[in-house]
Order: sequence, then structure tokens, then C-alpha cells
Amino acid sequence: MATAATLKMSAAIAQEIREQGAQGYPNECCGALLGRDTDGSGATTTGGSVSLPVREIVALFPLVNRRDDSPRNRFSVTAEDVRDSERAAQEKGLDVVGWYHSHPDHPARPSQYDREHAWPWYSYIIVSVANGKPQEMTSWRLSDDRSEYACEEIAIRDRASK
Amino acid sequence: MGVKVIIPTPLRVYAGKRDSTEVKATTVGEALGRLTTEFSDLRKHLFTDDGKLRSFVNVYVNDEDIRYLAKENTPTKDGDTISIVPSIAGGSAFCCSRCA
Repeated sequence: MATAATLKMSAAIAQEIREQGAQGYPNECCGALLGRDTDGSGATTTGGSVSLPVREIVALFPLVNRRDDSPRNRFSVTAEDVRDSERAAQEKGLDVVGWYHSHPDHPARPSQYDREHAWPWYSYIIVSVANGKPQEMTSWRLSDDRSEYACEEIAIRDRASK
Repeated sequence: MGVKVIIPTPLRVYAGKRDSTEVKATTVGEALGRLTTEFSDLRKHLFTDDGKLRSFVNVYVNDEDIRYLAKENTPTKDGDTISIVPSIAGGSAFCCSRCA
């Protein structure tokens, strides 16, 4: 799978995703990624561009995993949750640019189920949580033809507290 | 005036970067058909190969979920707004062969 784009975030944001994964264990956690796309020079280009090199996550919007029947290996975000996430983003002058969830006791790789239910353009962050401890974190984007995910590089600004 | 269709952010790149468009339609199904005729790249993200709306595609007419109306046969009239809203799902089970 080819590398698509770069996803920037602070060490604090990365840590928050990991902590939510640990707190949710053994269930999957989930939430929205609020941020913006830039052209690499810092200029904002919101509204659906897909081939931009840099996407920055500025805030998280944690959500309740709605899959009560199978929360250990499934997550679900309802349309109402999506609308709430979009409102939260707009209030901050941001967009919902993706979603995060955890894979308890499972690698941080998208499953077939992840791919079949994915939307293009969004970034999908997966954090692996093994025995309650957060492990690898990866990010993915669905290809235009829906056939596969492309891996995104995650660039964490403050490596000292990664 | 026709029916306004609001396109969700992740699909705007397949609709000329528009956030909405206007179509002439008397039902939701007709509106979505016209939308995907105008922007053919939208089709595979909204519909399955056998032409059914994907399960994570939610459609509202003036904020009413069409699942509680007449689904794709829900009537529309000029001035109505159709919103396409994603729902998000995933999970670790049933992994692909690439998974470790």
C-alpha cells in the first residue's frame, strides 16, 4: 500500500488518542478528527480536496461507540454523531477530516470490514491496544476506487512526549 | 427552483468540489439518480454494485430520515433540501489477508 499524505498532530493529540484507546479497552473507542488541510505552506484549503500533502489534526471529538452488541471488535458512529461532530468542528473553524478508533488486542491495520465501511477523503486513525496498553498508531485513506487503503505518514510535532 | 442536494465533505471532490447542487426531481431516488448522472464518480460511494444505497449512507429530506418515510420513493418538491450524511463504522474483526 502506497503512502498517500502526511497527517500532522501534536504529541498531546496523539497521546489523547492512545489514552482513549486504553480507557476504552477491551472495547473499541472512537471519535472525530477535527482539523484542516493545507497546501503545505500553511494556506487552508477546506472543502473536499483530496490530493493535498498536509492535513493537520487540531482537536478531537470523542464519541460513544454505538455498537452495544459487539463493542470489542466493532465501532459505529451514527449520522447524528457525524452531524454533532461537524457542528463542533464548525464552531472551531475546522472541518471533520477523519475518524479514529482502537483495535483491542489486534494490529493497527484496517480490516476488510473497515475498508467496506470507509468513506474516501477522510483519514482513519487506528490505534492498537494490547492488554490495555496502547501500541502502534497508524492512519489510512480509502482509494478513489474503494479497492484499498493507502497509509498516511503520521507526523507528531513534539517527539519528546510521543 | 429545484431540489437542493447537500453533498457531504468527503464526496465533494467527486462533485466538482461543490458543497451542494440543485436537481429537478419528484422523489429522492430520482434526485440521487440525477446527482450521480451529473457526477458519475459519486455513484460507487453512494450505491452498491447492485444499485442499492450503501448502508452507511443516510439521506434526509428537510431533516427527516427517509428510512422513516418512503425510503427512495419519498416524494420531493421544489424548495426541498436533501442531505446526504455519512455514518461511520469499522472494527478489527474479519481482517484481510494483509493483516499480521
